[in-house]
Amino acid sequence: MTAALLLTDRPQLRRGVRAATDPLSDETVLLFPEGVLILNETAAAVVRQCDGCLSVAEVAQAVGEVYDDVAVADVMSLLRDLIAQKLLVANRG
Amino acid sequence: MDRPLGLLAELTYKCPLHCPYCSNPVAVPRAAELTLHEWCRVLAEARQLGVLQLHLTGGEPLVRPDLTPLITQARDLGFYVNLVTSGVGLDERRASELAHAGLDHVQLSMQDADRGAADEIAGARVFGHKLAAARAVTAVELPLTINVVLHRGNIGRIGPIADLAAALSADRLELAHTQYYGWGLLNRSALLPTRDQVVAAEHAVAHARATYGDTLEILYVVADYHESYPKPCMHGWGRRHIVIAPDGRVLPCPAAAQIVGLGIETVRERPLNEIWHHSPAFTRFRGYGWMSEPCRSCARKEIDFGGCRCQAFQLTGDASRADPVCQLSPDNHLVEAALRVVGPPHQPLHPRSNPSVE
Ligand code: SF4
Ligand code: SF4
Repeated sequence: MTAALLLTDRPQLRRGVRAATDPLSDETVLLFPEGVLILNETAAAVVRQCDGCLSVAEVAQAVGEVYDDVAVADVMSLLRDLIAQKLLVANRG
Repeated sequence: MDRPLGLLAELTYKCPLHCPYCSNPVAVPRAAELTLHEWCRVLAEARQLGVLQLHLTGGEPLVRPDLTPLITQARDLGFYVNLVTSGVGLDERRASELAHAGLDHVQLSMQDADRGAADEIAGARVFGHKLAAARAVTAVELPLTINVVLHRGNIGRIGPIADLAAALSADRLELAHTQYYGWGLLNRSALLPTRDQVVAAEHAVAHARATYGDTLEILYVVADYHESYPKPCMHGWGRRHIVIAPDGRVLPCPAAAQIVGLGIETVRERPLNEIWHHSPAFTRFRGYGWMSEPCRSCARKEIDFGGCRCQAFQLTGDASRADPVCQLSPDNHLVEAALRVVGPPHQPLHPRSNPSVE
């Protein structure tokens, strides 16, 4: 099941999911009741923008300013993946 | 990355409930529980090892009067803190106190959707307390997972259980088949569902998922006795998780204390770091070197690590054999035999009693 995601949706970490820094590796990790997901640098940059206020388009733009090789499509597919893993929700309307 | 990610802190074996499927050991050694001071030291050591998640469990962790300062300390150290509770004693005041201390998530056990059946299996009139606890948790905006252990007596009510979880505004519902350890093993023949019940349960889960969609996430943890291959127990022995028993014994799995001659050490005698790396209890079944056939040359060993050592020990007396749940195991007939004796629907259950460790 691929969640439909619009450029105007405002993604946000799901309740009970917390981003943190791994004390051993300094990587960004997502912590949730069942486990841990280690994020690579660009994924971490994307997730950091997901505050529930910025739209997908704005998140992609903000990340694109720092990492110019990250396209909107990459951001969309990462967000879809995190939504499918129930780590992220997309606010709409 | 070979480091522990999760610490299961069993704060006490005391519990106001008497669930006959409880996976706590039936007999526990007489020893004093770790103090708050000792737990704080152990948490700091766990953090240095790289542990990211802390599961506070038991028994019933709420019976510890020092739970709040423990959570404060855990959050200060940076852990994701999950409380696994029966909910007895969790009113809105306590829930708010725990939330303010930094608790991240609550896993609340419910026995059934039917009040009478729930209280009967819990051995106490607690259904009402649990509804109140669920409301207290959501009132203080803590994320809530409702956990239901499935067995022959409640497996037919997955639909009503999902309705109840949704009505209580749970974020998630975890339906987990009984794990046959401790009291669960003692009561196995009365708890094991029939194969027909397991099939019907899968349909009921699919139906509930379709009904609730994104509003209620439903996790379903399968019945390993009815599977062809074992579960990847603890994601591998001594690989991702540490369990600390109420008296400070450090274990690779909550059921491991029963394995004779494992060489279990305690945080009272040795730093956690040394135990993780060098304790015989951890090194004994770490990796693949300890395996014999059929696991040694099996491609699935990297998926399931040969299954559960405790289950192998319980059923065969030898913890280094393949998990008998595996269809390739020469001991699989032991599981088949257990499934054949699934008897009449109502059999006497031995309620869990509390250990006499004062
Ligand atoms: S399973 Fe039941 S008896 Fe065992 S610790 Fe949990 S609530 Fe208590
Ligand atoms: S033989 Fe061993 S490794 Fe292979 S599936 Fe069975 S338990 Fe797993």
